[in-house]
Amino acid sequence: MSRERKTGEESLVDGSRLIAPSRSPGRRIAHFLLSWESLIFILFLLVVSVNSLLSPVFLDPSNLFDATLNFTEKAIIAMPMIFVIILGDIDISVASIIALSALFMGMAGAHGAPTIALAGIGLGVGLLAGLFNGFLISRFDIPAIAVTLGTMSLFRGIANAVLGDHAYTKFPADFGFLGQGYAIANLVPLELLVFVAIAAVAVVILNLTVFGRYSYAIGNNRVAAKFSGVPVARVRVAVFAATGLCSGLSAILLTSRIGSCNPNIAAGWELDVITMVVLGGVAITGGKGNVLGVIIAAFLLGFMKFGLAVVNVQGAIMNVITGALLIVAILLPKGIEAARHRPIRTR
Amino acid sequence: MRRILKRRESTLLISLIVLVLLVSLRSPTFIGPKSLNSILNDTSALIIVALGQSLVILIGGIDLSVASVMAFSGMVTALLNQHFPGIPAWAFLPIAAALGACLGSLSGALVAFGRLPPLIATIATMSIYRGFVYVLSRGNWVLARDMSHSFLAIPSTKMLGLSSMVWVAILMAVAAGAFMRLSSSGREVYAFGGNKVAANFAGVSERKVEMLVLTASGLLAGLAGVLWVSRYGMAQSETASGFEMQTVAACVLGGMSFVGGSGSVIGVVIGAIFFGVINNALTVIHISPFFQMVIQGFIIIFAVVSNTLIDRRNQMKLVARRKI
Repeated sequence: MSRERKTGEESLVDGSRLIAPSRSPGRRIAHFLLSWESLIFILFLLVVSVNSLLSPVFLDPSNLFDATLNFTEKAIIAMPMIFVIILGDIDISVASIIALSALFMGMAGAHGAPTIALAGIGLGVGLLAGLFNGFLISRFDIPAIAVTLGTMSLFRGIANAVLGDHAYTKFPADFGFLGQGYAIANLVPLELLVFVAIAAVAVVILNLTVFGRYSYAIGNNRVAAKFSGVPVARVRVAVFAATGLCSGLSAILLTSRIGSCNPNIAAGWELDVITMVVLGGVAITGGKGNVLGVIIAAFLLGFMKFGLAVVNVQGAIMNVITGALLIVAILLPKGIEAARHRPIRTR
Repeated sequence: MRRILKRRESTLLISLIVLVLLVSLRSPTFIGPKSLNSILNDTSALIIVALGQSLVILIGGIDLSVASVMAFSGMVTALLNQHFPGIPAWAFLPIAAALGACLGSLSGALVAFGRLPPLIATIATMSIYRGFVYVLSRGNWVLARDMSHSFLAIPSTKMLGLSSMVWVAILMAVAAGAFMRLSSSGREVYAFGGNKVAANFAGVSERKVEMLVLTASGLLAGLAGVLWVSRYGMAQSETASGFEMQTVAACVLGGMSFVGGSGSVIGVVIGAIFFGVINNALTVIHISPFFQMVIQGFIIIFAVVSNTLIDRRNQMKLVARRKI
């Protein structure tokens, strides 16, 4: 039992919960404070305070908002990835879908397509790639990691084969606005607003719709869900299609922000996205997790990297810290829970 | 005879032979001893690491840290060679293997005692180990001119017509095969991969198996790391970057399933050679190396789908037989 992690919302599905919903207010507060979200929120506050000590301009609003630019594109993909991992699946092809979407956008841009067409192409390619994943996974019932391992090579391979060592750099003049533009008093990056919108949609779908309940049910026990009349195949295809679509969206923003597209675009992002989701408290074994934790994790990781960059820490060392954080963040609550369970169990 | 032909490994071997013959139609020198030798040389690192990877996949996990372990052991041995030229070259093989085993056992401890799924544990150690490479080298490269001649000669020393790199791969494959088929620990790994609960009840220690496979995977990756660095005459923090996916791909092509519990050493070796042949064939038949990745992707998807379909058909047959 100590293998599993408990978070707030899914008690409906999770019948194996050992602690009964707390009765005394003290217990309830303790429970809240020890919840995954509070733990990483405390970590997040820690990062923010260390950052503001290191660099006095950190808390300046325009600086804070600009700091979000280095993770919103990944966080946008993390939202559907929550569903993928709750289903007990995984998608390691997301970064390659970005490369594929960016390739077709770059191609269209080189032929003089307008911004709206580029956006359509980006989303369309992403959606098709996601559908392809979903189709292979649910039609043949193959482990998602095997399929997306293949499409990871395939999609980026297509970009490699077409582009070689070239890059597309010709885009319409107004295309850059999507990834570089600001809204609301010229302060909030457009990308952040897109992320907020996607996150809101994810919260609603996961918590308030039948689809969200289906996702938890499938993640907890796929066979039982199937026999209970949950359209398992359709839910899985939809989730992988959504992941493809959001990767396409992310590709639009990224290409627009950096203004070019080469075959190595977004290399390694799949692991960053998965780290974000797992750090956000979504159990890799499926069936557990919520959106709020992942949003906090996205900000935590993003601001941490930003702060480390301010003090000139190299990317490689940042990766050490991220990796260590991932391990500590998973081991810590497990230890706490193990310590917490023992006395309660005997009662 | 029919049973041998029906095995997945034979199908794979036959398609490998067909592939080699097809390429040699376009370019007859492809099946010459020189060309075959260079294919084997190019593939031995992949074979060695894929053997370890296959152990982890066998228990339903995955080891994403292998490429970082290779970079780490490669960098440490290269630095040792640069600063202490007195160390005899042969000593680097056990040093690298020990380094790899240490790193692998760290990932193993996270899985066995921290109860992290192998995927998550090795995502974390992957970035940590590669970061260590950077810290150790302070971002610098160790180039061939910094290495001693005997160090650079490690992979290419010839014995009985084959280079020592190939010999290491053969030795490791034989050792892995013997371990998997003949030792009780090897059978425990299969049992654990096939059904964790049943294996537990049968007295198989979960922690032992998890420690064992991840340590073995690290050991093999460490060994491959020193061969890699001395073969290419360069150690840097990006050594073998992305190689973990190739090793997984070789396992999948070799008939391993991510569900765990099935797969064989022979399959993995043939799977790895398959990729080596394709990569070499592309240049021979004048296809841009930029197509390598897309072809690899097609092969993985094809292998995965056909593995699943074959498995399902076999299961149906079993069920049908039972009814009679």
